[in-house]
Amino acid sequence: MTHQSQLRGLSRRDLMSRGTALGAAFVVGQGFLLHARTGLALETQALDPGTMATLVQLARDIYPHDRIPDDAYLRAVAGHDERAAGDEAHKALIEDGVAALDAMAESAGASGYLGLGWEDDRVALLRQIESGSFFQAVRGDLVVSLYNQKEVWPLFGYEGSSFEHGGYLEHGFDDITWI
Amino acid sequence: MAAPFDQNDDSVVVIIGSGAGGGTLANELAQKGIDVVVLEAGGRHLPEDYVNDEWDSFAQLAWLDMRTTSGGWRVARDFPNLPAWIVKAVGGSTTHWAGASLRFQEHEWRVLSEYGSIPGANLLDWPITAAEMDPWYAAAEHKMGVTRTNGIPGLPGNNNFKVMEAGAKALGYQDVHTGRMAINSEIRDGRTYCHQLGFCFQGCKYGAKWSTAYTEIPAAEVTGHCEVREHAHVLMIEHDDAGKVSGVIYADADGNHQRQAARVVAVAGNSIESPRLLLNSASAMFPDGLANSSGQVGRNYMRHMTGSVYAIFEQPVRMWRGTTMAGIITDESINDPARGFVGGYEMETLSIGVPFMAAFLDPGGWGRSFASAMDGYENMAGMWLVGEDMPQASNQVTLHPTLTDQHGMPVPNVHFTDHPNDIAMRNHAYAQGAAVYEAVGATRTFPTPPYPSTHNLGTNRMAENPRDGVVNKWGQAHDVANLFISDGSQFTTGAAENPTLTIVALAIRQADHIASQMAAGTL
Repeated sequence: MTHQSQLRGLSRRDLMSRGTALGAAFVVGQGFLLHARTGLALETQALDPGTMATLVQLARDIYPHDRIPDDAYLRAVAGHDERAAGDEAHKALIEDGVAALDAMAESAGASGYLGLGWEDDRVALLRQIESGSFFQAVRGDLVVSLYNQKEVWPLFGYEGSSFEHGGYLEHGFDDITWI
Repeated sequence: MAAPFDQNDDSVVVIIGSGAGGGTLANELAQKGIDVVVLEAGGRHLPEDYVNDEWDSFAQLAWLDMRTTSGGWRVARDFPNLPAWIVKAVGGSTTHWAGASLRFQEHEWRVLSEYGSIPGANLLDWPITAAEMDPWYAAAEHKMGVTRTNGIPGLPGNNNFKVMEAGAKALGYQDVHTGRMAINSEIRDGRTYCHQLGFCFQGCKYGAKWSTAYTEIPAAEVTGHCEVREHAHVLMIEHDDAGKVSGVIYADADGNHQRQAARVVAVAGNSIESPRLLLNSASAMFPDGLANSSGQVGRNYMRHMTGSVYAIFEQPVRMWRGTTMAGIITDESINDPARGFVGGYEMETLSIGVPFMAAFLDPGGWGRSFASAMDGYENMAGMWLVGEDMPQASNQVTLHPTLTDQHGMPVPNVHFTDHPNDIAMRNHAYAQGAAVYEAVGATRTFPTPPYPSTHNLGTNRMAENPRDGVVNKWGQAHDVANLFISDGSQFTTGAAENPTLTIVALAIRQADHIASQMAAGTL
């Protein structure tokens, strides 16, 4: 995965010109996915870039934290692309799962899952597939790959290890004042 | 002969497991000059190795060998291959435990007499009384340096405790304090005091919490009477033609099978592995498993009635700062059947970090409701509810009929379904836990389901009558005189209290018995 970088010597502007917009947030092209606002780019190994863009939205719909930026969700789902590169069954699970989700959205009159503008409408589709293997694989992975990112802990106020500072003994273990 | 010992040396006591039971027994015997070989399935990790990161530590310490589950408990659905969250390492689950060290209440040694017969529950009185256990509890508390005993001051209360304490007092609870903890509140026994790291479950990097990994085990080793073999996973216990155990077969670090001869074998692999090993040691003489003429090996699996209540407040709590189990309310631990159930429960503060909160708050949960709960993490307080569950014959550890582990040994299946008494107690505890927090302004509370089991008990139960249980009052197998059970699997019933102190007290007592029997030539 490539952060804020130039893929294959291409600048963000080049990438944008070589791709097509997918939903509001992403530009996808041959083998790459670009987050339009941040310039965060992912060179995909196995999954269709459009699939990855859908996975990012799916991840946000599963654990919607409005203060967590897209790049954290992209990092959280990147493992599916890596795993799919060496695991055909996993690749099929993800590609077929996203295709089925898009088909459900299309029968509801939208242009795929990303074409559903309201979270509630997307979640309504997810409720129909939540016990299935695709959804379970994505959610089961995501609950670790999202919340185990140290980068997102500050957004929850969580400070993690204190050993480096000698523990919380001198760093607020009993500093509550409102109780 | 000084350690290390020859594998053909049949004068040694072989102890399987190095946790609260096995580690304590090893040191107690070694101090008496008895030669001991400890076979530990895991490796050796010490405070400098512990990782204050939940998933990284889990990968380092947890017992992750294949296990399966069945029954009505939610763990079987949410964590089908993780029935228990226990440790595979020298020190066993004393690496991971929170440190709460509570004695059983007097009536909890004789619950069949106290509660009467309960349909569906396999209740039994222990063949030991509270009075008999008093000196052994005192010895355990002294060994472990339990706060609020032996003149040791209590630990200071952290933010999470202060919220629970204020709520408890507002609700009228009387007995609320920072617990009886095997965590140093001052320098003691060559170990420093608690620095409030907040990662008790991940191994105490200051070594302030008692763990056999860096107390009993090295103390035993320095005597020259104890050898600990790491990565030694015992597969089978052998016996001779007379029906006495004679040695054990284990897989070493390379997976090669080794044999260690033994005068006595003590099994302390925790309540899933210990019955698994006895069942896997079936022979022509013991067709249903070693020491299983009662049919009780693997049965009566208990895991305590558990649950958690987390609550969100208007302002920050920052519960993760400091001791994980930072205080206790004991008012509900009494037996008061008017509440709609027998037995009682303790309310103990608990905190977990963001990674584990996401995994355990509402396993499988997702969407706005779940995410908004996580968004409230900084303002969260939490408590664990732990009470006596009913032993049931059908709650059982068995050998899987087809699946085997990396050593070719059948994996254990853990079958568990709550007894109606467990459910009634949990519902009461959820309501009281929420009331504690609502009394001090909680805006939202979460009745969180039980985690994978940390308290695994009862699968080789102690009973006066050999028909009713696997071991006698010394933890000695009714069927095989030189075979002992030294962990929580010997518990007849579970009581409301965290089990480690009782496991340690029983191990000290058992060591005394083994030593005297060996001296008398009867063992």
